[in-house]
Amino acid sequence: MCTPDIPGTTLFDGRQARKGYALNKMCYSFNEAANREAFVRDEDAYCARYGLNEPQREAIRARNVLQLIEAGGNAYYLAKFAGIFGLDMQDIGAQQTGLTKAQFQARLQAAAD
Amino acid sequence: MARILGGITTSHVPAIGRAIARNLQQEPYWRPFFDAFAPVHRWLAETRPEVLVVFYNDHGLNFFLDKMPTFAVGAAPVYSGGDEGWGLPVMASFEGEQALSWQLIDALVQEDFDITTCQEMRVDHAFTLPMALLWPDQAWPVKVVPVCINTVQFPLPSARRCYALGEAVGRAIRRWDSDARVAVLGTGGLSHQLDGERAGFINKDFDLQFMDSLVQDPTWATQFSTHELVEKAGTQGVELLMWLATRGALGPAVRCLHRNYHLPISNTASGLMLFETLR
Repeated sequence: MCTPDIPGTTLFDGRQARKGYALNKMCYSFNEAANREAFVRDEDAYCARYGLNEPQREAIRARNVLQLIEAGGNAYYLAKFAGIFGLDMQDIGAQQTGLTKAQFQARLQAAAD
Repeated sequence: MARILGGITTSHVPAIGRAIARNLQQEPYWRPFFDAFAPVHRWLAETRPEVLVVFYNDHGLNFFLDKMPTFAVGAAPVYSGGDEGWGLPVMASFEGEQALSWQLIDALVQEDFDITTCQEMRVDHAFTLPMALLWPDQAWPVKVVPVCINTVQFPLPSARRCYALGEAVGRAIRRWDSDARVAVLGTGGLSHQLDGERAGFINKDFDLQFMDSLVQDPTWATQFSTHELVEKAGTQGVELLMWLATRGALGPAVRCLHRNYHLPISNTASGLMLFETLR
């Protein structure tokens, strides 16, 4: 297929799904509270258990969503990672767009006009 | 034979669950969203559906990338929610209508839909939150059949294919040897994008055109490729596939009884439509 890229968008296709498998599998495990606690207790050991590669480990360490996507992360699984820190989707949106949360919320509100 | 009374389409974002858990329905931010369900509540009280077929997309509660079905049909006696990573309260479980599950499975495979069947299946916020919007007391008066459509991993099924799936589900319901009153629920959308520098993308013009089309020209959106839908509605806005399947199931003759469009809730433009089928 030859389709133009959509700016600022990474489609979670087979390439991403292969690249991000370990990272997404770890984030999927955060559905369970005990696993979230285990991650918080010993982040290095938890990441090692899932076999994250270095870019994935670094993106987790940096809590950086764009880096996590670049490393193969899928938005739905990453949302479970963000949940550990009590971040909501507007925190995540603000981080990715380089805005403050208030600025990001204002941008959403502006779409109503 | 069973009868389809009508259908409802609504957004399902997790923030709705937080608003319910914290009892924020009448806060200024949430009120325009929650209050719009009053006509739906009245319609449900009047028509009293007994069985609900629900088109929704799992976000990583039941399915992981190890096995990712394009279309999955629930055939379980009971469906439960679960912790999705945010520690929100888990709602009461949902009783399955297994006879209709197998009616759908048999009919869909007969019509060349290569579905996955699930005798055990957990349902996530895309299923549970719309149920709580329809029945805020969370005492479910219906038995359910969940139909899950993949929107996690591309390639996604096309809009055309999802509409056709809905049509086939509708035919199967109408041929079900039962006197049950059935309704259809489709959840997701409307335009939103959670990921990337384009996060926060919302397209009001497209959403309103899409909602109009479901009444006037229901296959309008099936002209678009998945890529075009992402461009117009955002990476998560493609959940409008659930709306298309629902509309397909209702058959050609419907009347729209109620609609609401309000944004933003969380990062999403919320939509709500209520259709009744005409004989």
